[in-house]
Amino acid sequence: MARFTPENETVAREILSRYPVPKSALVPLLHLAQEQDGHVTRDAMVHIAELVGVTPAEVIGTCTFYEMFKMEPVGRYLVNVCTNISCMLMGSDALLHHAEERLGISAGDTTPDGMFTLEGVECIAACTEAPCLQVNYRYRTNVTNESFDSLVNELAAGELEDEIPPHGTLARIRQHIPADRAAGVAPPDVNRVPVWMQTAVADTESPAGSEAN
Amino acid sequence: MAEDTTVDAAPDVVDDGVAVTIDGTEVRARKGELLIDAAERHGVYIPRFCYHERMRPVGMCRMCIVEVDTGRGPSLQPSCMLECTPDMVVDTTSEVTRKAQEGVLEFLLVNHPLDCPVCDKGGECPLQDQTMSNGPGESRYIEQKRHLEKPIPISDLVLLDRERCILCDRCTRFASEVAGDPLIHFLHRGNHTEVNTFPDEPFASYFSGNTVQICPVGALTATSYRFKARPWDLTQTESTCQSCSVGCRVAVQASRNEVLRILGVDVDPVNWGWLCDKGRFDFEAINSDERLAAPLVRQGDELAPAGWAQALRQAADALSGALDSGGPVSIGVLGGARLTNEDAYAWTRFAKGVLGTDNCDAQLGDGLPPEVVLGLPRATIDEVCRPGGTVVVVGPDPKEELPVLFLRLRHAVVEAGATLIEVAPARSGISDYATVTLTHRPGEVAEVVRALVGETGQSSDLGGADASAVGRARALLDQADGDVCVVLGRPSVAESADFVTDAASVLQRALPGARFLSALRRSNVHGALDMGLAPGLLPGRVRLEDSGAEFAEAWGAVPATVGLDAHGMLTAAAEGRLSVLVLLGADPLADFPDRHLAERALATVPTIVASDLFLTESSARAHVVLPAAGFAECEGTTTNLEGRVSVLGQKVTPPGTARSDWMIAAELARLMGHDLGLESPAAIWDEICTLAPSHRGVTTDLLRSTDSDAGVLVPLEREEPAPADVDSTDGVAAEDVAEAAVDQAAADDTLEAQAAEAEGVAAAAEQVAAEEAGELAEEAAADGPVEDGAEEAVASRGPATLRFDGIPAVTLAPRDAYSLRLVATRKLYDQGTGVQQSAQLAPLAPGSVLRLNRYDFERLGVEEGSVVRVASARGALRVPVVVDAGVPRGAAAVYVNQPGLAATSLVDAAAAVTEVRVETGIDS
Ligand code: SF4
Ligand code: SF4
Ligand code: FES
Ligand code: FES
Repeated sequence: MARFTPENETVAREILSRYPVPKSALVPLLHLAQEQDGHVTRDAMVHIAELVGVTPAEVIGTCTFYEMFKMEPVGRYLVNVCTNISCMLMGSDALLHHAEERLGISAGDTTPDGMFTLEGVECIAACTEAPCLQVNYRYRTNVTNESFDSLVNELAAGELEDEIPPHGTLARIRQHIPADRAAGVAPPDVNRVPVWMQTAVADTESPAGSEAN
Repeated sequence: MAEDTTVDAAPDVVDDGVAVTIDGTEVRARKGELLIDAAERHGVYIPRFCYHERMRPVGMCRMCIVEVDTGRGPSLQPSCMLECTPDMVVDTTSEVTRKAQEGVLEFLLVNHPLDCPVCDKGGECPLQDQTMSNGPGESRYIEQKRHLEKPIPISDLVLLDRERCILCDRCTRFASEVAGDPLIHFLHRGNHTEVNTFPDEPFASYFSGNTVQICPVGALTATSYRFKARPWDLTQTESTCQSCSVGCRVAVQASRNEVLRILGVDVDPVNWGWLCDKGRFDFEAINSDERLAAPLVRQGDELAPAGWAQALRQAADALSGALDSGGPVSIGVLGGARLTNEDAYAWTRFAKGVLGTDNCDAQLGDGLPPEVVLGLPRATIDEVCRPGGTVVVVGPDPKEELPVLFLRLRHAVVEAGATLIEVAPARSGISDYATVTLTHRPGEVAEVVRALVGETGQSSDLGGADASAVGRARALLDQADGDVCVVLGRPSVAESADFVTDAASVLQRALPGARFLSALRRSNVHGALDMGLAPGLLPGRVRLEDSGAEFAEAWGAVPATVGLDAHGMLTAAAEGRLSVLVLLGADPLADFPDRHLAERALATVPTIVASDLFLTESSARAHVVLPAAGFAECEGTTTNLEGRVSVLGQKVTPPGTARSDWMIAAELARLMGHDLGLESPAAIWDEICTLAPSHRGVTTDLLRSTDSDAGVLVPLEREEPAPADVDSTDGVAAEDVAEAAVDQAAADDTLEAQAAEAEGVAAAAEQVAAEEAGELAEEAAADGPVEDGAEEAVASRGPATLRFDGIPAVTLAPRDAYSLRLVATRKLYDQGTGVQQSAQLAPLAPGSVLRLNRYDFERLGVEEGSVVRVASARGALRVPVVVDAGVPRGAAAVYVNQPGLAATSLVDAAAAVTEVRVETGIDS
């Protein structure tokens, strides 16, 4: 359970400065929290709520909407094996089964040493290279049992540290926005009534007989 | 709802609308009106779950889907998201519509447990009803349904059964859009979506009960009502909430002579259907076992049950004895804000007409002088919350004391572009919505207000307010579009009311068009003042000195001198100058700002007669205790903070032999040889609207007519303003003229008003003038609302009714550098009987802490939460101390009437402000 470290709080404030409406920063801040602790802790959500000026309930509402935010600890490497149609046709069921045996856990669990979490997931949009998987959202395609084993060995031996950072880190390069380019606070009428609700003066719409499409 | 305001503002003229055809009939819809509303207005009810007319549409549930042709051929569209456009053709009953709605319902029912037999909503459930009217006859779903833990508490008052939830987003929208407490939210996604709170952070909103009322299924239930009744067992009457002075309209529902539930009723000028949780749930106090059910009389140290005859006789003897020995001035009548208008009138007539004492006060030293409350140009809630208007709040935290007024103010700011300037001794629940909050040092509110309107004050530092904030607020006032409204009350009971009175004078002078909404909190305090339960007043907002002769004629007598207010009476009692103190539902030990004075008064006065619902700390000290009928137990009327009179409904009988306060007054009068001739609340009301100048014409018929669901604004010539054009109508202009004329007419006798200490009955010459005015007023009232010209307006307003004409500036001694000034405010949940006698609410009282700014806190060098000693000239208390950034430097804030601490024992009601010292090392 951890709030942002002082360093990360500075980063968080810089992230906030990019958005005229602070609530827009929710998702990037959740990523930052996940990067810090490997998953999004409760205290981090409270801290985010304080920084953004919303309630923790609003933060958790956003957080739980996305599968990529984990609210419980996950392994250093999150292995997502696609089980959707293309991959299934190309043998992903067997691959997942093999992965379970190799790692000694069932899909959804984490190895006792905290190294691997295995998940079966829906299509990850690499169908042309089926079957495929992701390790911390880095792709491995045309996966076979053998290539899976060597992947696990390399990960366990720390040989892929450069390519695949621990779970939570999306990228090692962080965009830096200098203070003079911060977005500034939005005027108070922003984010009140959504744009789609303000439209509609009836008589400008739909001239009779406009061709259907 | 943003649309609402435009819709409301648009006058109902047909040629501004659009023609749409609904089910073959051509109707006119207002421009921008949602199809679902237009259809309903013309008698076609489209089924719905998520749409609620007081919230923004979201189109979540798709139940309202209908076939619409806008010229491109028919298509299915959700009618709650569709604004009417010209020549739209709508079919709400076509085969396509029917199939679509059936489909929506079939999907909704896929995950719905259908546990109607054990569901509180069964029998009044839109899902049941609409399944019957618009749903498929049979279910094709045979698979396993989802199972979730049956109800989980999301707050102390509300339980959530997620299996039943249809994800309509009403509760969550209410929480964020209406209440501003987004503590519940949708969690997860798709099939796993559920409403929930953040773990261990409950839906602790003052308005949580509204979600139970608007949930279209039985997913949200109230702890107090679960499994208590079926809707078809309940009978209902409409009434007005008596838990504060906003006067929300409610439906009181009971079964077998027990009130089981209170629901909000949507009246446009007041509560829009919302209630606060105190008003919704404190009905449990009505059914409490601790209610007084029989009179009690003192025998030594004990209070023993007695019959009414004995108790009344004892009370009457005490009163007669006091009259014989000390005269009328030795009797005091304290309280009455809990009473109905009729009760209050009967007591005024008994006290002033029979006993001859003017020592009456419905307020307990925590309010404002009656001429300020009744004598300033008054605003309605709608005027205060006018879209685009500007409102200044000088008073208590509306969220804590007048919760639904808070909702209306919040809506005005957030949804309708109003500007709110707050002047307060510490940040409050409305501060988040204020454009500017000016925090003033306790006792220097008038200084800040002077700076706000650009007058020079006495203090060099703007009463503690931030200069740039004052500048911004001034600019806002200068730019105000139309006349400014002021919400006026007592920000803190630890400082004298004079400062607020002074501030009101300044505002009235600087903003001649300003209107004022009183923020006094007790349920019918405005009615009690209207009925004359205050020193120097008589029923109908007139002064004893102006209208004494008329009332003497009607009543037989009126007091010879102006009497004492609550502070005066308690002081007199403490000094042995009172023989009998009557407490009308008043608990001065808990509620009077100066507990030491109240203690001494109650200990010294020889006889205390109390009429009450419960044995409170004060009534437990009485010699005669008379059990009174309370909310939902008696008929009558009540008056809210706008001066709006509405009808109270009786739903149950009072416990035991408890009876209405007007009966008690009439009985006591009879025992003392006077027949008041008052036989029923209706008869009393007839007398009120004949005698009380401000209430002329407000007949029972008018009050009970169907047009008066929202109540009737008194006096009658005060027209209900259309929210959007209060600043531009001729009516207001005419009123201005009228007021100018009144100014002149009343110019001579204004000064006496403030010095109303020991005046006799007014001089004969003034009587004549007053009577003439009264007659004119009667004529005008007989003709109904005045329309043509200023002269009648002058007459009907009547120079005799109370006016406030300002007071000279009040000065305050400079601050002692070592002490802090006390700020004493209220929380919604406190030690009051309504809260304490309701099992669900009692634990919600937050308890006592001392709140300090971090700067003052750090000077103490203690830990957060450690106990410190707070000492004033009056006494000392031990209390945990916490940091509160909302408290300005130099102030120390406490809540009054909380469990664990009698904060009022620090206050000296005679002092301008209460200075305290905070010390550590309490063990020594
Ligand atoms: S709990 Fe009730 S009000 Fe809230 S989303 Fe579910 S069905 Fe709607
Ligand atoms: S705001 Fe006042 S009148 Fe309205 S429900 Fe609450 S206590 Fe009752
Ligand atoms: S189905 Fe596996 S990536 Fe699309
Ligand atoms: S009522 Fe229109 S979509 Fe729910």
